[in-house]
Amino acid sequence: MKRKQTIGKGAACLITVVLVATLILMPVGRVQAAKAYKVGAVFSVTGRASFLGDPEKKTALMLQEEINQKGGINGHLLELVIYDDEGDSTKCALAVRKLITRDKVCVIIGPSLSGLSLAVVPEAEKHEIPLISCAASYKIVTKNPDTGEQWKWVFKTPQSDSMAVEAIYTHMKKHGISKIAIMSVTSGFGASGRGELLRLAPKYGITIVADEKYGPKDTDMTAQLTKIKGLAPQAIVNWSIGPTQVVVVRNWKELDMTNITMYQSHGFGSRKNIKLAAGAAEGVYCPLGACNIAEILPDNHPQKQVTMGYLKAYKAKYNEPLSSFGGHAWDALSMVHKALEAVGPNKAKIRDYLENLKGFVGQHGVFNFSPKDHNGLTKEAFQMVVVKSGDWAIAD
Amino acid sequence: MEEITLASQLLQYTITGITIGSIYAMVAIGFNTIYNVTEAINFAQGEFVMLGGLVMVFFRVTLNIPVVFSLPLTILVVTTVGILLDRLAIRPIRKPSVLVMVIATIGASFLIRGAAMFIWGKNPFDLPPFSGRNPMTFWGAVVQPQALWVIGFLVVVVIVLTLFFDRTIMGKALRACAVNPNASSLVGINVKYMILVSFALSAAIGALGGIVITPISLMEYDRGAMLAVKGFSACALGGMGSFSGAIIGGLIIGLIESLGAGLISSGYKDVFALLVLLVVLFVKPSGLLGSVEVSKIRKF
Repeated sequence: MKRKQTIGKGAACLITVVLVATLILMPVGRVQAAKAYKVGAVFSVTGRASFLGDPEKKTALMLQEEINQKGGINGHLLELVIYDDEGDSTKCALAVRKLITRDKVCVIIGPSLSGLSLAVVPEAEKHEIPLISCAASYKIVTKNPDTGEQWKWVFKTPQSDSMAVEAIYTHMKKHGISKIAIMSVTSGFGASGRGELLRLAPKYGITIVADEKYGPKDTDMTAQLTKIKGLAPQAIVNWSIGPTQVVVVRNWKELDMTNITMYQSHGFGSRKNIKLAAGAAEGVYCPLGACNIAEILPDNHPQKQVTMGYLKAYKAKYNEPLSSFGGHAWDALSMVHKALEAVGPNKAKIRDYLENLKGFVGQHGVFNFSPKDHNGLTKEAFQMVVVKSGDWAIAD
Repeated sequence: MEEITLASQLLQYTITGITIGSIYAMVAIGFNTIYNVTEAINFAQGEFVMLGGLVMVFFRVTLNIPVVFSLPLTILVVTTVGILLDRLAIRPIRKPSVLVMVIATIGASFLIRGAAMFIWGKNPFDLPPFSGRNPMTFWGAVVQPQALWVIGFLVVVVIVLTLFFDRTIMGKALRACAVNPNASSLVGINVKYMILVSFALSAAIGALGGIVITPISLMEYDRGAMLAVKGFSACALGGMGSFSGAIIGGLIIGLIESLGAGLISSGYKDVFALLVLLVVLFVKPSGLLGSVEVSKIRKF
């Protein structure tokens, strides 16, 4: 009995404290909310997909600072509310709900992962709030894959896997390659890329002679490559992220298979990977967004200016190499910036503005949205590059 | 291009399998060392491997210390972590039961992984191989020099451990603890000290595994868990507590993975390894080389 009473008292105390605290803090919160435009963001800042979420968060914060230093948007400061979903779909759904119901943001950027984005699409649709995902899968924006109907409130900035595959296949066709082997990691990224590689191969007249897989933490892919060597294809396409794509390149070189052209997915788009491959990456092709290769773009390239600007600002602020994944957040937040400038913090108006946004020059392409296309990009958003003397060079 | 014959392919799969298997075997030996004395599975074993790789990267690449010195230094650092793990997580447990110890090591593994993430970040790291990157070719199969180092170090570990357990007082005391801790303490063996030694030893072996595999497969902060699972499978396959079992188990799992990936399907290679493990455990629950009598008196 006594114990129960103590608990009761404790609870009462706690409630009082919370109430008082709320009363004290409330007015401050209100004043700020009236002033600033609130934009929500959910990124996988820590956990398995931190390589995506970390640069995305940093980029978003950098943009927020830039915008607010210039006096905000039409006199309103931009207030970013960023949550970390840790790569966990439950936490992601909670964060999105919190952004909608508690923080009352007018638009949401993120999540970083395709799986998580798919999980929160219904939430955005239900609450009628525009959501700009920073994840790649075309399924995120597609309501009906057969008719190509798009979700009303959902957009995304990264290029779809199919665009990377088409860029690779177009390059192959140009160079007379028709017999290839594919390798993919058994994660969502690998499975999605593999699906697109298999689906689009007939369209480009390409035969796939081997379809090999490996785990995301595997230490060695010599076995898979040896099998491919025995089948003697003209090229290999490898679809993975993380250390495995470096190990594949190293094994490919060690097994002396350089006469079979190696194509990597756009996941290879970091100079760190070239360095980690320790010389083995020479001659590897991969499709990259303009953001990865700002320095080597010709001056007349439409994205030269924005990509160089982002690159310089990011390096100056964080003193670390730019990750192209941050560019997806740059694209999303810059679009939101434009929308807020044009129509203010009205959810429906922002949605309509985004849907009709044309010729938006971003980090990963020139976006042309339409009611039938909530991604706004084509395969031209990818540039084929090749590793030459330890750096990217534009491939012909 | 030159054709590759089936025989060369088979040889290649075998070489790859033995290389990977050697690492699994080293992890499995680390598991056994602690299991034999405490009857607990140390779930932080994979973290020792990860630390071995990353600490070596720090000494070798960041500080540019030659391998001859950075290798023992790394082992020393990771061994210290192993000793700290025992002193801070295992010894303070008031009533040590196997389950409590296992849970303590799980907690420790999260802590070590988190700390490594803060120190090194989330990117993978590379280590230059000990003797160049130029692969050698035997009958159409390619061998990386580093693979020979991996296999060589496994042999060294086995020889040193055999001598240690058979020829030294401390090794014999450890074995006595493995057989019967109560009786050992009656004859004057300090069992708690022996537990400490077992943690130090298994950390050292784990670190060595991490050091030799990093030039092949890179290393990042969360690699440990997968290696621990594979090492544990090797352990269970060979028989818990048996050193030769650990080596055979590790090599078998490595070979099955590699041959399975090459000859049947790379998507299901982990399935083959675990299937073999299950079959062995159904037929002979004590593992290939484990003894049924010993496994019956074990608590875990």
